[in-house]
Amino acid sequence: MSVQNPRQKYMPYLVSALVVVAVLVVVFLILRNPAEETTAEPTTEPQTGQVALSGDAQAIAEARGLSPDDVVAALKTYVPSGQPDEYVIFSSGGHSGQVLVIGVPSMRLLKVIGVFTPEPWQGWGYGAESTMKVLEEGRVNDRDVLWADTHHPALSETNGDYDGDWLFINDKANGRVALIDLRDFETKQIVKNPIALNDHGGTMVTPNTDWVIEGGQYAAPLGWKYASLDKYAEEYRGMVTFWKFDRESGRIRPEESFALELPPYWQDLCDAGKKVSDGWVFCNSFNTEMATGGVEKGDPPFEAGASQRDMDYLHIINLNKAVELIEAGNYREVNGFKVLPLDVATAEKVLFFAPEPKSPHGVDVAPGGDYLVVAGKLDPHVTIYSFEKIMQAIEAGPTETDQYGVPILNFDDVVEAQVEVGLGPLHTQFDNQGYAYTSLFLDSAVARWTLGGDYAAKNPDDPWTLVNKIPVNYNIGHLVAAEGDTVDPDGKYLVALNKWAIDRFVNVGPLLPQNFQLIDISQPGTQMQLLYDMPIGLGEPHYAQMIKADKLHAWEVYPEVGWDPHTQAKSPYATLPGEERVERNGNTVEIFMTAVRSHFTPEQIEIKKGDHVIWHITNIERAKDATHGFALPGYNINLSIEPGETVTFEFDAVEDGVFSYYCTEFCSALHLEMTGYLLVQP
Amino acid sequence: MTELEKILGPRPPHDLLEQERLRFLLPTVLLGMAAFVLIVSIFQPYWRLKLFAPQYPQGLYVYVYINRLEGDIQEIDTLNHYIGMRPLEEAASLERSLSIFIVGVISLLVIAAIYVHNQYAALLTLPALLFPFIFIGDMYYWMRNFGQNLDPQAPLRNTIKPFVPPIYGEGYVGQFKTIATFENGFYLAVLASILILAGLYFHREAYKPLVDTMQHADKHTSHETS
Repeated sequence: MSVQNPRQKYMPYLVSALVVVAVLVVVFLILRNPAEETTAEPTTEPQTGQVALSGDAQAIAEARGLSPDDVVAALKTYVPSGQPDEYVIFSSGGHSGQVLVIGVPSMRLLKVIGVFTPEPWQGWGYGAESTMKVLEEGRVNDRDVLWADTHHPALSETNGDYDGDWLFINDKANGRVALIDLRDFETKQIVKNPIALNDHGGTMVTPNTDWVIEGGQYAAPLGWKYASLDKYAEEYRGMVTFWKFDRESGRIRPEESFALELPPYWQDLCDAGKKVSDGWVFCNSFNTEMATGGVEKGDPPFEAGASQRDMDYLHIINLNKAVELIEAGNYREVNGFKVLPLDVATAEKVLFFAPEPKSPHGVDVAPGGDYLVVAGKLDPHVTIYSFEKIMQAIEAGPTETDQYGVPILNFDDVVEAQVEVGLGPLHTQFDNQGYAYTSLFLDSAVARWTLGGDYAAKNPDDPWTLVNKIPVNYNIGHLVAAEGDTVDPDGKYLVALNKWAIDRFVNVGPLLPQNFQLIDISQPGTQMQLLYDMPIGLGEPHYAQMIKADKLHAWEVYPEVGWDPHTQAKSPYATLPGEERVERNGNTVEIFMTAVRSHFTPEQIEIKKGDHVIWHITNIERAKDATHGFALPGYNINLSIEPGETVTFEFDAVEDGVFSYYCTEFCSALHLEMTGYLLVQP
Repeated sequence: MTELEKILGPRPPHDLLEQERLRFLLPTVLLGMAAFVLIVSIFQPYWRLKLFAPQYPQGLYVYVYINRLEGDIQEIDTLNHYIGMRPLEEAASLERSLSIFIVGVISLLVIAAIYVHNQYAALLTLPALLFPFIFIGDMYYWMRNFGQNLDPQAPLRNTIKPFVPPIYGEGYVGQFKTIATFENGFYLAVLASILILAGLYFHREAYKPLVDTMQHADKHTSHETS
C-alpha cells in the first residue's frame, strides 16, 4: 500500500470515536426516565414535607375558636385534593336499602350503591334490564318490595382476611340477602329467604366466603304459615340460613344452600369462627323466655317479658357437621328449601348452647378465633368464652338440655373472663395492639379493654381489663375498626355509628341525621382521640366494615365495549360504531344505539303506537368518567351507561307523540345537544 | 475483470484478508450493526405526542410506530371530532401498511452493501441512511394535511382554526398543551444512519485501494489487447 498521509492515519480513530459517542448518546436517550418528564408537567407542584405552621395558621385557629386538639384532629383527617383515602368503609344504609361507601380518614361520602331500593343516579331500577332483573329477584310473594332495612354488610374474605372482591348485605325487614360485585360496585343478586319473613343475624361470611350466614330474628312458623300464639313453643321456630356462595359464577346458589331449624328463641347476631374455630358458627339469642307479648291484654310487654331470665343462650353450631348431614340427605324441605331439622341437629351434635348474660347483643370472634366476646346489653359486662374450653366441654358431654333437647354447656366451664365495661355494651371490634373495643349504648361511649392470652403481650396494660372509655355523641350502635373483625386487624381508626346526633349539626328539622364519629385508636392505653363527625342524612346505618383502600381493585371503565354488567361478560347486544340500526319485526322494534360525546346514534326514531320496543344502548367511550345518562321522559326510563356498558330496556309504546330523549350526565361541552327524537305515530 | 466484478467490486486476495483482518471486518460489522439496529427500531415508537388539559391530569398520549399508532387514540379521536379532524387511523395508512416490508428491504440492502466492494455500496445504503428523515417528512406531511383539512361543519369550527401541530416541542390547541418528542425508534434509526456513515468510511478505506488497483490493471490489459 502507498504511504499514508496524516489525514488517512487519524481518520479511522476519529470515525470510531464518533461512532462510540453516537451509540452512547442514543443509549442515554433510550434509557432516560420518561416518568421524570411526566411528573414535571402538572402546573402546580405539590409541596410535601417541611411543613412549618405559620403565624397565619395560629391566627386562623384562634379566629375559628379551635383548640389545640381540634387542630390536631383537623390535621389527622384532612386529605388534600387529589389524594385518595387510606381506608374505605362499606356501611349499611339502614332503611334506605342502600350501601354507603365512605373514605377514611376524610369521612367523605364516595358512593351510594343502589341495592334493594331504586336509585336514580345509577339508573338502578328505572328500566335497565340488568337492574330490573336483580330487583325482581327481591320480590316477596310476587310483590315488588322496593325498600329494605339493610343491616350488616360483609366483605368477602380469603383465609379470614378481606379480599376486596365481593360485598354481601342483608335486609332485616324482608329476610333478603344481596350481593355486590366490587369490580363495578353494582348489585348483582338478591335472594329472598324462602322460609323466613325477616332476619337479623346476617350477613357474615365464613373465612373463605364459602357460606354467607343469615340468622333469623322474630320466631314464626317456618315457611310463613299461620299458627296461633298459643302454640308458640310447638309451632314457632327460629332459624339460621347458610347461603352457598360460588366465586366462579359470582352468585349465591340457593339450591346448594340450607337452613338450620332452631328453637323459637329470638336469634340475634352471628359470627363465623376463624382459624382455630374455623368450621363453627356462633349466634346469640334474647328471648329464651319465649315471651309472646300482649301488653294490650295486661300481659308483660315484650321488652319486659323477653328480659326475665338471667341467662339466654349462645348458640354454638358445628357448620361442617351440618353440611355433612345436608349432603347425606338428612333434611326436610320447606318451600323447596333444605332445612336441617332441630331434632337431627341435636342428635348429631350440630347444636349446643352456652348460657350468656341476658338479652345480649353481638357475639364477636377474636382475630385468632380463640375467644368469643358476647356483649351484655342489659349487663355491664362483656363475657369472653374460650373456644378451647367450649370444645373441652362438648368433649366431656354436657349433662343438661333445654326443652328442645339441645345440650347446654356449663357457664363456668366455658367462660374465660368477664370484663365490666359500662352500661349497654352492644358490639365488639378488635385492633392490632391486643385491645378490644365495645360500643356502650347507654353510656354513649366506646370502651377499650384488653384481651388476655396471646394478645396480652401486645400492650402494656393488664389482661382482661377496662383501659379507657371515650364518650361519643350519642347512643352508639355498632362500631367499626379498620379490618376490625378479620384475622388481621389494622387498628389506627375506629368509627362509632351513633344513632342520635342531637346537637352535633345545624338543625335540619325534627328528623335528624345519624352521626358517624371517627376516633384515632393508634396510640395505646388511655390515648384515644375523637377526630371527626360525619352526618348521615339518608337512612339509619347499622353495621359497617372498613377495608384498606389498596385491597380494592375496581375497574375504571368496563373491560370491553359492549359489556353487560349483570353477566359481567360481553352483551350479545353490544353495538359498535357503524352497527347502529333500527330493526322491525312485526310489532316489535329493536333499536341498536351507540352513545359517545356528544351524540346518540340514531337521533331520529320513528315507530307506531302499540309497538313493543326493545332498545339497546352501548356507551362506546373508553375514557375514565365518560358516563352518559339516558332519559326517556314519558316512559319513565332513566339509565346510567358507564364507559363500555351496554344497557337494554323494553317498553310498549302505549302513548303516541313526540318524545325527546337526552343524556342526563353532563358529559361534554355539547351535552345539551346530546339528544334525539322518538316519534310515536298514532 | 469479469462482469460480476464490475458490479460487485473486487474480492480481496486471501493472503491480504489474513494480513489485515480488521480492515475488512470493520465495514462488515458496522453495516451489519446498522441493519440490525434499524430492524430493532421497528419495535419501538418513533415519535410521541403528549396532550395536557385540566380534565386529563395524567395526560393523553399518542405513540407513533412505523406501522401503527398506540395510546389514547380513541379518546383523542373523540375530542378531535369536535374540531372536525379525521380519525388518526386514517393518516398514512399506506405508509404504515408497507413500512415493515420497506424497513426489511432497506436493511437487506445495507447487508448487501457489505458484499458490494465498490462505490455502489453507498447507493445501496442510501435509503436506510435517509430513512429517519423520510419518516419525519412524511409525518409532517400528514400532520399538516390533517391540521389544515378540518371539517367545516364541525361544532367548534369557529373556535379552532386550521393549524399544524409542531413536530417537535410545545404547541397549543384549544385547552390542550401538546408536547411532541422523538422516541427510541427514531433515535435507533438515526444511530443506524451514523453506523452506515461510519461503515461506508471504513468500506472505502478497505476496498478503494483494491478498486483502484483493479481499474488500473484493467486499463492496462485493455490497452494491451487493443
